[in-house]
Amino acid sequence: MAGADMAQRLVQLLTDQRDAFVEQWVDTVVRSLRGRITEAELRRELTELYGAVLEALASGGLAPRAEHFAEVRSLLVELSRNRARQGFSPTETAISVFSLKEVLEPVLSGENDDIRAYLQFSRLLDDLGLFTVEEHGRTREEIISVQAEQLLELSTPVVKLWDGVVGVPLVGTLDSARTQVVMEKLLQSLIDSNSTHAIIDITGVPAVDTQVAQHLLKTVVAARMMGAECTISGIRPQIAQTIVTLGIEFGDIPTKATLSDALRHALAQRAAAGQAGGLL
Amino acid sequence: MTERVPVLKIGDVLLVSIQVDLEDQMVLDLQEDLSDRIVATGARGVVIDISALEIVDSFVGRMLATIASISRLLGAETVVVGMRPAVAMTLVELGLSLGGVRTALNLEQGLGYLNSARDKQLGVPGFTAGSPDTGAETR
Repeated sequence: MAGADMAQRLVQLLTDQRDAFVEQWVDTVVRSLRGRITEAELRRELTELYGAVLEALASGGLAPRAEHFAEVRSLLVELSRNRARQGFSPTETAISVFSLKEVLEPVLSGENDDIRAYLQFSRLLDDLGLFTVEEHGRTREEIISVQAEQLLELSTPVVKLWDGVVGVPLVGTLDSARTQVVMEKLLQSLIDSNSTHAIIDITGVPAVDTQVAQHLLKTVVAARMMGAECTISGIRPQIAQTIVTLGIEFGDIPTKATLSDALRHALAQRAAAGQAGGLL
Repeated sequence: MTERVPVLKIGDVLLVSIQVDLEDQMVLDLQEDLSDRIVATGARGVVIDISALEIVDSFVGRMLATIASISRLLGAETVVVGMRPAVAMTLVELGLSLGGVRTALNLEQGLGYLNSARDKQLGVPGFTAGSPDTGAETR
């Protein structure tokens, strides 16, 4: 029995019992997803998918990566994306496809041709199922990278503390990507607010190792190049101990225990330099 | 003939505003012009404005350090003003420094710094002369 005949036979079978199959399919999937998606929505998705698969089979055989399966694939992309966003696992996503096999199994007549056709079709469904898993993974990765970006944006505000003094409260670990963002924002805000002093507060930084210290130093040096003084504040007792144990040198960069100490230091320096905005 | 960088006089400060990318000959000319002007005007401060420069490499960095050294020898302090954030970040990434040259955010702050530095210089001897214990010593 040739491939085309097999496809024809499948199309025949799938068309004849269309409504019954869709009904069973929806039932099986609803059970596996345990009511986390409405039946109406699922019915709409699966009916559409069923139609697309049928059409693809009718128009050009069983090769799932071929051109005429484009419609099916785009429906599956949409389905996997929705599932991924709603927090379903890859298994729960793929089961929407795989359970069509379960639906077809009871109608096998036991003839060799039937079994062969069923096996072919199930191979096709395997491919489509894997495709949804892939797409699911891709969507999750996209979500993660978008969130990482948002986190980067969220966690690096630059605040004006006084006339001519800006503060950067750092929260979270400092890696090179974040250092870059912090540096950019800090330097730009120095210019925008015409500030001569910057205070980097590391109260929210959980740990300081040589890497983090290196990044802090870079930021301070860059601010100095622009002509602003930098103070590091919010060094907790354990962090002070770690810094000394690791032998990290902050050189001539002033460091203070609290933000208020650093602010007082900055204001005193401004007063000494005869700049406006000293202590009242 | 090559372009020359203008040297402007504001009170007792000389202002050098660098607007174009520098070539070797221009740098040499600038050093010559500037040292002549410092001597001729008795300036005590030099402000170099680099706000128009988008790229500062080791060549420009060395030039700034050299000019600062020359000026210091002639009794004038140098302040580099208007460095762009991107320039500062690039210099840090490259591990370059300006060789201890004083910097300020903008021209206004640069001039402010030079003024307060002068006030300190002029002010300190005045105070000591007025105070009773050191006053006798200075007479």
